[in-house]
Amino acid sequence: MPTDPGQLFLPLLYNLRAQGLRVGTGEWLTFLEGMSVGLAKDLDGIYRLGRAVLVHTEANYDAYDIAFHATFAGVDLKQQLKHALTSWLTDPKAWEEGRAAGEHGFESLEELLKAFNETLREQKERHEGGNRWVGTGGTSPYGNGGRANQGIRVGGKGGGRSAVQVAGDRRWANYRTDVRLDVRDFKVALRTLRKLLREGHEVLDLDGTIDQTGKNGGDIDLVFKKDRANRVRLVLLMDAGGSMAPHAQLVSRLFTAASELKHFKSFEHYYFHNCVYGQLFRNYETWDRRPTQEVLRELTPEHRVIYVGDASMAPWELFQDSGGFGEQGPAGIDWLKQLKAACPHSIWLNPDPQTYWRHPTVSAIGQIFPMFPLTLDGLRSASKKLRAA
Amino acid sequence: MAFQRFSGSARYIADPDLLSSVNAAVALQRPLVVKGEPGTGKTLLAHAVSEALGIPLISWHVKSTSKAVEGLYTYDVVQRLNDSRFGDGDISDIRRYIKMGPMGKAFASERQVVLLLDEIDKADLEFPNDLLRELDEMKFFIPELDETVAAKHRPVMIITSNAEKELPDAFLRRCVFHYIGFPDRARMGEIVKVHHPDLDQVLLAKAMERFYSLRKIDGLRKKPSTSEFLDWLTVLVRAGVKSEDIEKKLPFLGVLLKQEKDLETLDLRRRRGH
Repeated sequence: MPTDPGQLFLPLLYNLRAQGLRVGTGEWLTFLEGMSVGLAKDLDGIYRLGRAVLVHTEANYDAYDIAFHATFAGVDLKQQLKHALTSWLTDPKAWEEGRAAGEHGFESLEELLKAFNETLREQKERHEGGNRWVGTGGTSPYGNGGRANQGIRVGGKGGGRSAVQVAGDRRWANYRTDVRLDVRDFKVALRTLRKLLREGHEVLDLDGTIDQTGKNGGDIDLVFKKDRANRVRLVLLMDAGGSMAPHAQLVSRLFTAASELKHFKSFEHYYFHNCVYGQLFRNYETWDRRPTQEVLRELTPEHRVIYVGDASMAPWELFQDSGGFGEQGPAGIDWLKQLKAACPHSIWLNPDPQTYWRHPTVSAIGQIFPMFPLTLDGLRSASKKLRAA
Repeated sequence: MAFQRFSGSARYIADPDLLSSVNAAVALQRPLVVKGEPGTGKTLLAHAVSEALGIPLISWHVKSTSKAVEGLYTYDVVQRLNDSRFGDGDISDIRRYIKMGPMGKAFASERQVVLLLDEIDKADLEFPNDLLRELDEMKFFIPELDETVAAKHRPVMIITSNAEKELPDAFLRRCVFHYIGFPDRARMGEIVKVHHPDLDQVLLAKAMERFYSLRKIDGLRKKPSTSEFLDWLTVLVRAGVKSEDIEKKLPFLGVLLKQEKDLETLDLRRRRGH
């Protein structure tokens, strides 16, 4: 091929990357391959092909829509160029072989590309539109099926809304959950928490059976052994206090990861407010709670407890003898010490940056539990620490 | 490149976005990952594609215990051991004890097939990564036979996911991805038409109104999906429910909401006067 027609669409690639979509070379080439086998016959087709090949989660559909809209909205082409482009999209092979070029007044595909890039450059100079395909504005006498006001549709059938309009609607905006992307990472880190012991169901020990059968002179002697099972029981204790609000998404990501991972012998979670006092909450809204004493009694050496909180509060909230929520009882710090004694394999994850950790209550809690930042790396080191236990 | 185009089937209504994703996957010879809420017709899509392209379908229903290698082949060493003792058949021929899994069958097939990997997110986190090489090269090695099975025809692969787990990036990069959004009312109308061609339009309108308002309620554990809506319509028609009754009370609610907790939620809202 003389000139790579792929460069026509480079602005789309850069817009996508500007939206934070990590489109790799491999996917981009797949996209161009799709173009060259005629999968996209018009802008709608480009929209669909691009989304299918370049985007891997519905959470990014919205970013794609924005990038697509930014690239193609307001594209206004000279009639001749429009025809040529449509025909290239419809039959790229003909262009490669040089059949179609002449029909449109362009000597070759190269010339079409040149005209295209010139339009692009011209428009860029005139507008400060940034990375648009051809730029906004411009009044064109040429329309297409009554949708001329935006002049966006390069060919295509009538009926329905054009890709650019659909992209402009941003109907996938609700699916944007930038958080969800990292749940998997958390899971991978948490998965390392395991202590495999042979205590599951009885399963056939194949190697043992073959050995035993051999010794038996060919008479089958079945050998069974217990399957391996993970003994680790995970308890997640999360601070739901006011100062944790900015970290709510991060914490819920961790919670999602831990609860979806059907990997532990048991998984429990509780919420507390600022510090652990006499009650632990399963759900604040429904007031579903249990006495901390009860939870304490259930902890075994197999348990691993992960605390999540910023650990910063007014000193009296940690050190004074009263249990919070108006109850009388040991101070928060004593509850924490009891919990630590009941289950030594505990760590604290702190979502605040480490520079804040000099706060008196943070360092007091840090002396009870090894404290790690609530980041992927932090969770990895925390898991390592818990695993060593 | 010539490839057969998919345009839906008599029993399956696909929107243009989905059609173009299927066609892109077929033409580019990439697996198609279809994600969406349960009941949006992901699995049915594979059946429809197989029907429309006129090629057989091989299904692999992934479970939480599924291992990637099981999809390729299994070596039945227990059977062989048993035969060695009780003398059934020729145990020196190891080939008799190698059984192809769904993916192995699809590779070995003399003609192109549609291979459905259903609910891939049910399996272990690493499961998709274990298939990367097989997806790239469309072949795998059987050490017991010292043989490589290479696909004679690249199967049309359709992989469904309920989004229980995120799939690894490296895996997704090799695929064409499509998310089936929940159908809007117009498309729902089309879907209903396929299943209930003679439905009373007033009844349908009323039912649809109630159905979409149910889906809007926050805090439902499982929002009713397309398939549940279709079931509900069937029940309404069979029981001869009148359209005005749908408005006043919600008959056969259990068909739409299957979790006790959701029924409670709804009940609570009603008592509060929503």
